[in-house]
Amino acid sequence: MSELASESSVLRTFRALLREPAGLIGTVLISLLVLCALVSLVWTPYDPTLVDPAAVWAPPFSGGRLLGTDGSGRDLFSQLLAGAQITTVAAVAATVVSGIVGIGLAVLAAVGRRSGEIVARLIDVLVALPTLLLAMVLSAVYGGSVLTAVVAIGIGTGVNVARVGRAEMTSALGTDYVLAARTSGASTAWIVRRHVLPNVAPVLLVQLSLTLALAVLAEAALSYLGFGTAPPTPSWGRMLQDLQVYVTVHPWAVVWPGAAITAAVLGFSLVGDALRDVTDPRLRRQAAAAPEVLA
Amino acid sequence: MTLLEIEDLTVRFGGRAVVDGVSLTIDAGDRLGLIGASGSGKSLTALAAVGLAPDDAEVTGRVRLDGRDLIGLRDRELAPLRGGRVGVVFQEPQTALDPLMRVGRQVAGPVHRLTGLDRRAAAVRAVELLAAVGLPDPENMARAYPHQMSGGQRQRVGIAIALAGDPALLIADEPTTALDVTVQAEILALLDRLVDERDMALLFISHDLAVVARVARRVAVLAAGQVREEGPLEQVLHEPTDDATKALLTAYRASAWSPSWS
Repeated sequence: MSELASESSVLRTFRALLREPAGLIGTVLISLLVLCALVSLVWTPYDPTLVDPAAVWAPPFSGGRLLGTDGSGRDLFSQLLAGAQITTVAAVAATVVSGIVGIGLAVLAAVGRRSGEIVARLIDVLVALPTLLLAMVLSAVYGGSVLTAVVAIGIGTGVNVARVGRAEMTSALGTDYVLAARTSGASTAWIVRRHVLPNVAPVLLVQLSLTLALAVLAEAALSYLGFGTAPPTPSWGRMLQDLQVYVTVHPWAVVWPGAAITAAVLGFSLVGDALRDVTDPRLRRQAAAAPEVLA
Repeated sequence: MTLLEIEDLTVRFGGRAVVDGVSLTIDAGDRLGLIGASGSGKSLTALAAVGLAPDDAEVTGRVRLDGRDLIGLRDRELAPLRGGRVGVVFQEPQTALDPLMRVGRQVAGPVHRLTGLDRRAAAVRAVELLAAVGLPDPENMARAYPHQMSGGQRQRVGIAIALAGDPALLIADEPTTALDVTVQAEILALLDRLVDERDMALLFISHDLAVVARVARRVAVLAAGQVREEGPLEQVLHEPTDDATKALLTAYRASAWSPSWS
């Protein structure tokens, strides 16, 4: 019964999201990204890593090359499709890490009395540490890979989730219904699971969807800087880096990865913003109070 | 038999005593009204008695429940007593219920926790409790969210939660203050009936003498964190000795309420 209820509220939120112009555009952009990634698993026009000396710097829309080729004759459209894989996987994985780190730290910081204060200070310190710097340090130590990038981005954005989450959880823990639960013998774990997490979930959800946008950008930036995806795997960030030197000679080539990164970041940001609007409790309460009052 | 014995209870915030040497005794089946103006330390006394004073409060004195001193006990040791021996009803039914949880589950949770019934049995018991507090169509009500109910209905749910563990003592902290007068009367009648039927002791906290007079047999008057006067209801009402009591009586006579004992 409760599963059904939460499912229908997820559906309701999603429908409200699609009614917002920003939410609709964002959802379309994200769908495109995921679609590209899925299609590239089974089909790309050319092998994205295939070097074709006969077709170096082919212009767009020529000879079956939808977006043209790069200086080694590799098909840009195929690279772009395949690059969507790493972008999607890295963004989702980094956000999962971010959620675990963020929610975990937030619970520890909100629940503990003295230990909570220490965790809260730790969060403050980590928030001040730039994510990209953390990623570069980790890459320098453990070698640049998608995994390193995911972990670094996850931790870097996770502490921001933790900071917001802690504030929300602290105020949820101070509510009368939590006090009421304690007077009926509820343990802290039960209160966190049943009362605090459901009540802060909308805020965390918004934070995490914005984290997806940050993760796309951070993954591209790391690949661009040479700390992310290793060379044979196509990646938008590295495409951008490879092609940018030819921007004066073949300006159209560098536009594609740039546009792809922009679209993906924009998609997640728009959805995050729209999600914040549709889950705003002040707006939601008005909508919820109206339809079915039993009393 | 003495159920709850509060002795020299003092709660300080940064050196300032908000509850200052309060001593109260509640026997099984007793009905004590704790009256005082806002800020006199009534609610804090009750919360400190079940070990739920705010984290930054410094609590001293003794609180004995069934002869066992509660002060200094860990949360883990206090948890089964909360709800199991002492149930608490809060002032604001609006905020004392989780807005995102169906009320049936909010009652069934404590039932499951405090009585050891399995989830299915606890859900059935929750519906019984909702019926016991006089909610119409309790099976449907159990599926409602708090925002779908009226203030009076929400307070009935709050009472059902307090009853979940079949406590020997019910602490009602201004349970009718947030309600309008007709609903107040219904809730008071309900509390009156439940305390009788279930053989509970009652600690009823209010700033409103008229309300306390309807349910209490003894009253203690609290002012500035201290018990100024204590005794049987009639005696305190007719022969007040303390200025704080007299002030409350003046406010009470000015109100249009017609008390049940007159």
